[in-house]
Amino acid sequence: MSEVTLNGAGVSGAEATSRAGVLRRLRTTDIVFHGLTRGAAIVVLLLLSGVIISLIHGSIPALGAFGLGFLVTEVWNPVTEQFGALAPIYGTLVTSFIAMAIALPVGIMVAFFLTELCPQVLRRPIGIAIELLAGIPSIIYGIWGLFVFAPFLQRYVQPALIDTFADVPVLNALFAGPPYGIGMLTAGLILAIMVLPFITSISRDVFDAVPPVLKEAAYGVGCTTWEVFGSVILPFTRVGVIGGFMLALGRALGETMAVTFVIGNAHKVSSSIFAPGTTISASIANEFTEAVGELYTSSLVALGLILFVITFIVLAIARYMLLRLEQRVG
Amino acid sequence: MNLAKIGLAAAALAFSSLAAHAADISGAGATFPYPVYAKWADAYKKETGIGLNYQSIGSGGGIKQIKAKTVTFGASDAPLPGKELDESGLAQFPMVMGGIVPVVNIDGVKPGDLVLDGPTLAKIFLGDIKSWDDPAIAKLNPNVKLPKQAIAIVHRSDGSGTTYNFTYYLAEASPDWKTKVGTNTAVQWPAGIGAKGNEGVANNVAQTKGSIGYVEYAYAKQNKLTYTNMVNKAGKTVSPTMDAFQAAAASADWKSQPGYGVILANQPGDKSWPMTAATWILLYKKPTDPAATAEALKFFAWSYAKGGKMAEELDYVPMPSNVVMDIEKMWSSDIKDASGKPLYSMK
Repeated sequence: MSEVTLNGAGVSGAEATSRAGVLRRLRTTDIVFHGLTRGAAIVVLLLLSGVIISLIHGSIPALGAFGLGFLVTEVWNPVTEQFGALAPIYGTLVTSFIAMAIALPVGIMVAFFLTELCPQVLRRPIGIAIELLAGIPSIIYGIWGLFVFAPFLQRYVQPALIDTFADVPVLNALFAGPPYGIGMLTAGLILAIMVLPFITSISRDVFDAVPPVLKEAAYGVGCTTWEVFGSVILPFTRVGVIGGFMLALGRALGETMAVTFVIGNAHKVSSSIFAPGTTISASIANEFTEAVGELYTSSLVALGLILFVITFIVLAIARYMLLRLEQRVG
Repeated sequence: MNLAKIGLAAAALAFSSLAAHAADISGAGATFPYPVYAKWADAYKKETGIGLNYQSIGSGGGIKQIKAKTVTFGASDAPLPGKELDESGLAQFPMVMGGIVPVVNIDGVKPGDLVLDGPTLAKIFLGDIKSWDDPAIAKLNPNVKLPKQAIAIVHRSDGSGTTYNFTYYLAEASPDWKTKVGTNTAVQWPAGIGAKGNEGVANNVAQTKGSIGYVEYAYAKQNKLTYTNMVNKAGKTVSPTMDAFQAAAASADWKSQPGYGVILANQPGDKSWPMTAATWILLYKKPTDPAATAEALKFFAWSYAKGGKMAEELDYVPMPSNVVMDIEKMWSSDIKDASGKPLYSMK
């Protein structure tokens, strides 16, 4: 393009036509490219609204039959066709909460260690190991959780926790019941391992982006490593860290196979995190293939709609928090 | 230019593979018989060149697909009621059978040591019997030393034909089960944990002391699980064996239900295993593509005639020959093309 304009001075008629032709071609390319990108963006919107419409359409029979009570009913009885989403919603939120409560601090600490404190030799191996963790298919986590991790929890961790907290109020209800090995805690722990790489790798990238001059200045005026981490790096990178947290939470809320293997799949709301429970995606994966009858299938679709809404709310809260933070800073 | 060429080649390939598949039989449904259907299909293809494209998406999916006419036949572990068959114009017949066995994990109890009956099994799964030294279990097992140990229940978490047949038997054996829980591919379990698939149930039972679960016979046998014996309807104690399943099938009154929809639970007969299960095929009596249905019937007839041994190798139970005769008679009288010509003729 630049060539065409540079050679523009004092040209003959033939050259002028060829130049106009080139320009026209370039313009067409741009228009086509513009159209293509816009088309791609519109396709995304169409797909999303298609998904929403079909979810709503599919869940109308169930929501019509049970109304808003669907959200707060614990019963899930395919025989009498009584369905309620309370147990799966509860299980989804509890397992995701356990996962994030563990993965967020650990992930940020790993990222900080990797960017600031780790000897150069170890940096690459640890970084690669964490990225590999993200590459393991979720079914592998499920099988490993069922065959290795759950028996380990059942034999060593759960009995110890039950004994330790037997006399402490509240906590004894939280850690109660027979140690099955599988249950909501196990699912939460597996999820924590699965989402750790998301938090770590994003945090590491944003920590790396902190201008060295800020850190050096902080160390220069006598800050400890802890103070640099808490007062310089975290405030500077919080938008990125929250972004990683949300990505991880999105994965935890929707994770299916690994959870199905280790959560125990009982449509019950239990106070104990050792008790079997279920999540929205696990219920759908378990029951959709053999669900016969309109109300049953429709209830499962309605579960999908609820998961969609939960994810949407989480994203909306994240956006809102980011906005608030930016306003306060700016 | 190159890209266009590659695209053309890909399109050509896609079309040629479509053409090659056109002659294949298409079906969808139950996962339980998938291994034996796959084995039959493989042998049938070697003999005739015609393949089977079977998607094991589950019984519910199979029923939906045959009703949408996207496949030539559907397969289901739960039979359709006669009314539904008539309304949709579908023919139904059983293809192969299997057994369901309770498996336990109790210290010192070996396969076949423990004896249970239907009412006791139902009480265990209802959560009414909580410990292995319960008098109801002790009465059935005077010679077994039963520990004072809590019973941990393991059931299927995914909807399955195995659960359908198991809960059908419990409902037959226990009025309590019938009113409180009922029969379906998935039910509201009063107690216990749910595990995915036979392997999930087996593994959870293996890991948890004092546990009980139920799996398909093939799975219990191949993994050498601790199965229990059962007291059958005739009051006799039976072990889960191929003979006991066949006895249940032989004593069943197959014509009592439309579309041979007899659930083989709790069948009469001294040797009958009480939890035997059949799996069914669904196809249209007046199909829109008669040629495809005729091909499918040929495959089923071949499987009845030559597939018995292959089924037994996989621990499935072949259909008794008198039932097969009757089914083939039904084909030749009921399944016709648009002009009313039968699509199958008995040899």
